Amino acid sequence: MSTETVDHTTEAGHAEHDEHADHGWSDGKYIQLAVILAVITGLEVYASYADWLGPAFIPSLIIMMVVKFVAVVMFFMHLKFDNKIFSWLFYAGLFLAVGVYVALLVTFQFFNR
Amino acid sequence: MADTAVLADAPADHGDAHGEHHSSTGLSNNKLAMWLFLGSECLLFGGLISTYMLYRGRHSENLGPDQLWDIPFTSASSFVLLMSSLTMVLAVSSAHRRNLRNAKIWLAVTATLGSLFVAGQVYEFTTFYREGLGFTTSLFSSSFYTLTGFHGVHVTVGIIMLLSLVAMLSKQRVHGDKAETVEMVGLYWHFVDVVWILIFTLVYLIPA
Repeated sequence: MSTETVDHTTEAGHAEHDEHADHGWSDGKYIQLAVILAVITGLEVYASYADWLGPAFIPSLIIMMVVKFVAVVMFFMHLKFDNKIFSWLFYAGLFLAVGVYVALLVTFQFFNR
Repeated sequence: MADTAVLADAPADHGDAHGEHHSSTGLSNNKLAMWLFLGSECLLFGGLISTYMLYRGRHSENLGPDQLWDIPFTSASSFVLLMSSLTMVLAVSSAHRRNLRNAKIWLAVTATLGSLFVAGQVYEFTTFYREGLGFTTSLFSSSFYTLTGFHGVHVTVGIIMLLSLVAMLSKQRVHGDKAETVEMVGLYWHFVDVVWILIFTLVYLIPA
């Protein structure tokens, strides 16, 4: 019973937590996003069986993957609502990784010729 | 000078109220460290995914992705992990509202969904092994097992963190800002989920 109150003894503490609670979305919106992500996953699987996409098959899969990735990072991980420094830290690692490994793959492809 | 002192003291006071450690920017050091860690994890998984992409065509004729993958099963696993991200965000949301009872329930549900995903991965690995795909069978198998195995270990560590957090919250062993502690574990869990979003598409859905 005392768990909920043990470290919220000051008004400042309550105010800060109310501020935290304002971060992000309501539970209903998170559920809506999860449904959208599940539908996109279903579309990805459907696309992997569908032949009619032709040359658009891989680009469409990549686009759906990126949409899911960005949605989770921005909303579930609260990057959209948090301080930009956190975004910089994460995206710096992400883009460094993508840059280094694209260079690696290109190099391997180059030397394989 | 006096203003500087006030500014420098402000975050410290704020942090003390919650037992947190804030930097001079007013941001939580814990959160900064977690995002830095996740940024560095991008490099680890970037390397593993790139290695798999390089070697995924290096296999014998009858033991490649086309013969082994069970897409409906892996899709179900992916769905389970995706839904665990929802339950995790609901746990964080409950913790921010200071509803620790609901937070603990959602954390336990997240751990259960994570366990279901790991069980699915163990089943998948066992099936592949019985069909003849060992770790050293080919470059494809080595890179595949290393990538998905590392991810599985991350999920397992996440489950341990979730269960430990539930136990610590129940025994009132979490000091400082409980909502932030739940959020830190949540960030790790969501990261594990976004890595699987990449693996599911690049490894399972895009043909070799």
